[in-house]
Amino acid sequence: MPDSIAFRLNGKPVRLDVDGDRSLLWVLRTDLGLTGTKYGCGASLCGACTVVVGTEAVRSCQLPVKAVRGKDVTTIEGLERDGKLHPLQEAFADAGGLQCGFCTPGMIMNAYALLLKTPKPSRSQIVTAMDDNLCRCAAHHRIVTAIEQASARTGGAK
Amino acid sequence: MTDRASSALHRRDFVRLLGGGIIVLFTTDLSELLGQESRTRGYPTDFNAYLRIAADGRVTVWSGKIEMGQGVVTSLAQMAADELGVPLDAIDMVMGDTALCPYDAGTWGSMSTRFFGPALRGAAAEARAVLLSLASERMKVPADALRAADGVISSASDPKLRVTYGELAKGQKIVRTLDGKAVLKSVSQFRVMGRPEKRRDAREKVTGKALFAGDVRVPGMLYAKLLRPPAHGAVRKSLDTSAAARVPGALVVDEAGLVAVLHRDPEAAEKALALVKAEWDVPAPAFDDRSVFDHLLAAGGEGQESEKKGDLAEGTRKATALFEGKYLNGYGAHAPMETHTSLARFADGTMTVWAATQTPFGTQQAVSQALGLPKESVRVITPFVGGGFGGKSAGPQSVEAAKLAKATGKPVQVSWSRAEEFFLDTFRPAAVVKIRSGLDGDGRICLWDYGVWAAGSRGAEQFYDVPNNLLRSYGRWGSDTPKMHLFATGPWRAPGANINVFARESQIDRMAAAAKADPLEFRLRNTSDKRMRSVLEAAASRFGWKKAAGPSGRGVGIGCGIDAGTYVALIAEVKVDAASGKVTVSRVVAAQDMGVVINPDGATMQMEGCIMMGLGYTLSEEVRFSGGKIHTRNFDTYEIPRFSGMPVLETVLVKNDELSPQGGGEPALVPVGAAVANAVFDATGARLFEMPFTPARVKEALAAGKKTPA
Repeated sequence: MPDSIAFRLNGKPVRLDVDGDRSLLWVLRTDLGLTGTKYGCGASLCGACTVVVGTEAVRSCQLPVKAVRGKDVTTIEGLERDGKLHPLQEAFADAGGLQCGFCTPGMIMNAYALLLKTPKPSRSQIVTAMDDNLCRCAAHHRIVTAIEQASARTGGAK
Repeated sequence: MTDRASSALHRRDFVRLLGGGIIVLFTTDLSELLGQESRTRGYPTDFNAYLRIAADGRVTVWSGKIEMGQGVVTSLAQMAADELGVPLDAIDMVMGDTALCPYDAGTWGSMSTRFFGPALRGAAAEARAVLLSLASERMKVPADALRAADGVISSASDPKLRVTYGELAKGQKIVRTLDGKAVLKSVSQFRVMGRPEKRRDAREKVTGKALFAGDVRVPGMLYAKLLRPPAHGAVRKSLDTSAAARVPGALVVDEAGLVAVLHRDPEAAEKALALVKAEWDVPAPAFDDRSVFDHLLAAGGEGQESEKKGDLAEGTRKATALFEGKYLNGYGAHAPMETHTSLARFADGTMTVWAATQTPFGTQQAVSQALGLPKESVRVITPFVGGGFGGKSAGPQSVEAAKLAKATGKPVQVSWSRAEEFFLDTFRPAAVVKIRSGLDGDGRICLWDYGVWAAGSRGAEQFYDVPNNLLRSYGRWGSDTPKMHLFATGPWRAPGANINVFARESQIDRMAAAAKADPLEFRLRNTSDKRMRSVLEAAASRFGWKKAAGPSGRGVGIGCGIDAGTYVALIAEVKVDAASGKVTVSRVVAAQDMGVVINPDGATMQMEGCIMMGLGYTLSEEVRFSGGKIHTRNFDTYEIPRFSGMPVLETVLVKNDELSPQGGGEPALVPVGAAVANAVFDATGARLFEMPFTPARVKEALAAGKKTPA
C-alpha cells in the first residue's frame, strides 16, 4: 500500500508516496536515484548498503523505508559539502583505502557513524566497529589507516 | 577481397573516423592477435589500442582493458605520461567500450602492466618522436637539440624557443603504427613511472559517484529476477507463472528456457518470482564436498607430463628418506562485492549492454551469438567493475539481460542476488596434489614426482635444483574438462597456483624438518635461482628470521613461489589455540621482485590485498555442496577475511631494474596457504594437508600429530 513517508535525506526534506515495507536501499537506488549505496548480500552480512540514520550506522537492505519516517538519513552522497570532501573521504583517497570501490560507500558511512560517537577511536575500536563490513579486494589495512587519519585530522566527524 | 585488402580498407575507414591530431596505433602482444577471428567485424586488425594527442594537448588512450580495482587506470596513465613527457593529469583513459576501443581479449593474468605496458610506452615514445620532428621542422632546430617535458618542446640552448604539444598537433592528422623500434626510457629517466601515485579513480569512488553496471539508469528500465533450478543438473517438470503474472506491474517472460519476472522495483520482482511454481527432477548427488577428491583422482585420466628431467627410479634409489604427501583444497568462490550485473537496452537495432565484466569483447561475442545479432549491432560498455578475481571472465548475466531486453522491448537489468552469485559462479576447482619426493644423504632433494588433479600446473613449475623431476597435470577447469565438475569452474586469482604452492612448500617444509634443517637454510641450499634466493633473503631479513629447525614452537613459517614473472617469498607468524583449533595469523612479511616497479604504491596495495585475501582461501573459504546443490548461499557460511583477521603486514619490493615490469595482481597470493601451514607446523608439530585450515581440521591435525610426531 502506498504511504506518504517524510524524512530528511542528506540534510534536505523528502516526501515519498511508497509502500513503506520496501527497503530503504532500493527506495534510495530507484525512486531517489542515489546509487552510491550498494547491494552486496541482501542480508545485513556485508555492509555495502550502510547508511547513517540519526547517528547510527544501519544496513539499508533490511530496513523498511517506513522506519526512517521523521528521521535524518545520511548517505555517501551527503558527505561532500560545497564540493569539499569530508575528511573521511579525503583520507580514504589519500591512504588508498579502496580498490574496486564497491564496498567503499558502506565502509565510509560505517566509519562516519563510528567517529560521530567516538571521535578518537583506538585501533581495536576501529577493528571492532568495522568488522562486519566486508572488502573482497582486502584493503583492510589502508581502510583502518584512513579512519585513523581522518580522526586525527578532525577530532571526529563533522 | 583478400583479408589484407579488407583490413586496409577498414583501416582507412577507421582512421577517417578518428579526429585530428597525432595518433599512434599499437598492438599489445602476440597473444592478442590470436583472437583476431573474433574481433568486431569491420575493425582494423593490426593493432589493438591507440593513443592520440589532440589540438588541446590532451592525450587519450583507448584500450579494451577494464578497471576492477587493480589500478591500471592509474598505472597505464603513468606509463603513457612519462614516455610522452606530459603531466599525469593530461592523460584520459577510455576503457572497456567495444564501440570506442579496439579488440582486447580480456583483463586477467596480471598482464596489463606486463604486456600492455611496454606497448603503450612504445606508442607514447613514438608519439614523442613525431612531436620532436614536427618541432624541429617548425623551430628550425635539430631534434637532438630539443627537450620535451610537461607537454612542451623547447630548445636546449634557448628555453624561450618553445612550442606546446597541442600547438604541434593542431591541424595535423598524422597516423603512425608502432613497429617495435621505439626506444623506451630507462629507469633512471623515469619522472612519472616509479613514483607512488594515488589512485586516479579515488575521488569518484569515495563520493559514491563512480558508476558500476548496476548504477546505470535509463528511462523505463525494468529489473529482472530469473527462475533458477534448485541444483545444477536439475530438469524442470512443470511451470506455473499465473500467480506471478497477476502481481501489479509484473511482466513474466517464459522464452526458450528463460523464465523471469520483471518489475520496475527489484524487490517486487523478487516477491513475484517467489510466486512462480516449478517442479524439478534433481539428479541423485554423484559426490559432495567430502568425496569430491576421490572423484577427481578417478576422473583425471591420463594426465600430461612436463618438466621431465633425470630418472625417477634413480632418484628413488638415491634417496635416504622418501616423503609422500597428498594435499587437498575444495571449491572456492570469487565472491566479488559486486554480484554479476548487466543492463541491456535494445533500440534502433542496436543492443547496448552495460556489463560488470573482465571481457567486454567476449561479452559482445556471447550476446551477438545468443541473439543472432551481428557483432557491430552489439555494444558493450564496461563501467567500473566491483571486483573480478577471474570470476567475471564469463558473463552469462549479460546474455540474460540482452535476451530479456529483446523479448520485452524494455531496458532490463539483471543483477544476481548473493545466493545466485554463489550458485552460478565459476568456482575455483577443487583439486588434489600428490607428491613423492626424496632427500639424499647430503640433505639435497634428489627426487620430485609431482601430480596435480583439476588445478592445472600453474605455480608447480620447479625452481629447486632437483636432478630427477617430473610434473604431471590431470585435468583443469571450465570447458577443458567438463566431466570433472558438476558445476561451472573457472580461473580464480592466480588459477591453480594457490594449491600448487601450498603443496610444494608444505612438502619442502616436511623434508626440511626431517633433515633437522632450518626451513630457510634448507630452501637456499636447494635452489640456485638467484631471484628466489634474493626474495627469500629479503623476507628473512625484514622478518628478523632466526635459524631453527621446525617445529620450534615459535609458530613461524615460510612459503615462496613464482607467478606472472614475479618472485615472492612470504613469512607468516601464527598462534594456534589448541582447544578451539583456531589459527590466528599475527604477522606476515612479504618480499617481492617484480622487475621495474611502475607505481610502488599501487604495487604495494596489490601485495597487501593478495596477502589479506589469501588468508581467506587459507583459513575459511570453502563451498559446501551435495551433487549439483550448492549449500553455500551467503557470507555467513562463506567466510571471507575481515578486519579482525588482519595481521601486522610488511611488504618489501626487492629492487630489480634490470628486468621489465612483471605481474603484480596475483603473485603475493600464492604462498599464503603454505606459509601459514608451515607456521602451524612450527607452532605445534601438526601438519595440515587440506585447505582451508578450519578449526575442525586443525584439531584433527593436532590429534594426529600427537600420534606421529613431525
